[in-house]
Amino acid sequence: MDVFLQTFVAGVLKGGLYALIGIGMTLIMGVMGIINLAHGQLMMVAMYITYVLHLAGVDPYLSLFVAMPALFLLGAVIQRFLLNPLLKADTILPENQVLMTVGIGMVLTEVVRFIFKSDYKSVTTGYSNATFFLGNISFSMALVISFLIAIGFTVAMFFFLIRTDIGRSIRATAQDKDAAVLMGVNTGRITIITFGIGSGLVAAAGSLLAPVFYVFPDIGGPFTARAFIITILGGLGSTVGAIFGGVTLGLAESFGATYISMEFENIIGMTIFVLVLLFLPGGFKRLTKI
Amino acid sequence: MKKNLVPLIVLAVLAFFPLAVKDNYYMHLMILFLMWVVIGSAWNLIAGYTGQVSFGDAAFFGSGAYAAGLLSVHLHISAWWGLALGGFAAVAVGLPFGWICFRMRGAYFALATLALNEVMRHSAAIAEGFTGGMVGILIMPSFVSKVPYYYVALGMAVAAVISIQWIVHAKPGYYFVSIREDQDAAESLGINTHYYKMLSLAIAAFWTGVAGSLYMNYMGFIDPDVVFSLHDISIMAILVGIVGGVGTVYGPMVGAFVMVTVQELFRSGFFGLFKYLGNVTGSGTIVSIAETITGAHILGFGILVVVVILVLPNGIVGDWPKIRNAVFRTKPAT
Repeated sequence: MDVFLQTFVAGVLKGGLYALIGIGMTLIMGVMGIINLAHGQLMMVAMYITYVLHLAGVDPYLSLFVAMPALFLLGAVIQRFLLNPLLKADTILPENQVLMTVGIGMVLTEVVRFIFKSDYKSVTTGYSNATFFLGNISFSMALVISFLIAIGFTVAMFFFLIRTDIGRSIRATAQDKDAAVLMGVNTGRITIITFGIGSGLVAAAGSLLAPVFYVFPDIGGPFTARAFIITILGGLGSTVGAIFGGVTLGLAESFGATYISMEFENIIGMTIFVLVLLFLPGGFKRLTKI
Repeated sequence: MKKNLVPLIVLAVLAFFPLAVKDNYYMHLMILFLMWVVIGSAWNLIAGYTGQVSFGDAAFFGSGAYAAGLLSVHLHISAWWGLALGGFAAVAVGLPFGWICFRMRGAYFALATLALNEVMRHSAAIAEGFTGGMVGILIMPSFVSKVPYYYVALGMAVAAVISIQWIVHAKPGYYFVSIREDQDAAESLGINTHYYKMLSLAIAAFWTGVAGSLYMNYMGFIDPDVVFSLHDISIMAILVGIVGGVGTVYGPMVGAFVMVTVQELFRSGFFGLFKYLGNVTGSGTIVSIAETITGAHILGFGILVVVVILVLPNGIVGDWPKIRNAVFRTKPAT
């Protein structure tokens, strides 16, 4: 029973961070219909920003305030200069933008590899390995803090989308771009802001993960894949769905690793992805309606 | 006859190439080029003509390569049998996948192929008893000379291009294009879109698998990270298709030529140009630039993807009028 509970706790904690990654993705995908295959790579850039600041003696959680604006800018620039022009181009295949993000992801990974080499770096802090116990279940200090911050961001994001003017414009653009234009929404600007916010959120996830994970250039790929699985699980453009999707994936991975085999961790995600697409297209959004 | 003049000349040049050029290095590049013509044409059939963009060509390529390698390891027969069976191994992977995943459309199908790619790679790495895991498979190459491989690759490329051209200009080809343009309209005209998408995928998977088997025979070594590589196989296949021109006859050939050249340019540091300059001038900076460029071929790829999609969204062949206007006349491209 202890093993079961421990696995459960680990899964939920990991899931909170996955949710943060997923929300950024779901915004971008839901609003612009852009499949962002550079999402994990943006997170990797944020992790390196955290690492550099850590070398300068800044706490990883404080570096959030640098990493998020930096990635917001990077995301906005990518959208403005690389993705928006594609929407106008006349091509046979609409999937060009997917390939574009693949290219951007490759460039980001390789530029980082150039600067920092492929070595595994770690951001070690006093609380990286600290744990506390509730009963027989151990909680990793770093993961718990990250989890709480991630929940904070998620809630803030939720209210931002529901209550504020920009948030409403973003949702309007997601629902019907043409109608949004007619209602006086500057959709071009909204897409840039949305991509920026999405990148900023994944940057937050990167900074929060940095004390727990190793940092290396290729870490982006697996997280891009996870972001997708979460988005598909939760439903496009659904913040609540992304939270459920993130926690589900976290649980599935940790139960799979405990009860089946560590090696299958990556395959489990992919299998869930295909199963959801087949049996619950639209994801949890279909069930929760938000 | 006049219509076929250019392809015949190209074919004649390719057929006499080994007589003119004895250098093993250029032979190697030409074999790679012919292999990519096959893979690029196959990708062009499923993505360019049928509109189902595949991000997982490596899954079929790897299946073919592993079919050849495993035949040799487990049944102790020549890996050349893989050339006959590798294509069918890839089809055996592709058909169940297509049957399940062709109900998804557009970008979602692309993502499913990406997932297939990853599942195959991890599976090949996990099933150590059967595939050798990350250790890979090593076989003895049959020939020392590269000439036999060259002619096998040439035959394969010609067969692949002709068969794909034939199918594109036959009835199924028109069905493929109608599915790409508007799947619902095609369905309402009575085309069994699911069946024709499967057909297109099967042909594409077959040729990609055959190319994989040739790779096994030629290179003599494979491991999961080489043949199921997302960057080096799947993305490269897409690049060959897109750089050349999606949905065009000669696109994949032009694309394969450009991409193999570009890959080699980066890998060899512009064919040793920088290294040579460094040695001549004795400047340490230029030598370090050479090393940097050699390490940056994926970066070069990434930049190339971004630039090609922005500037030539329909590829060299597809945007040829635009290029011709820009280069040969002062008139700006329309």
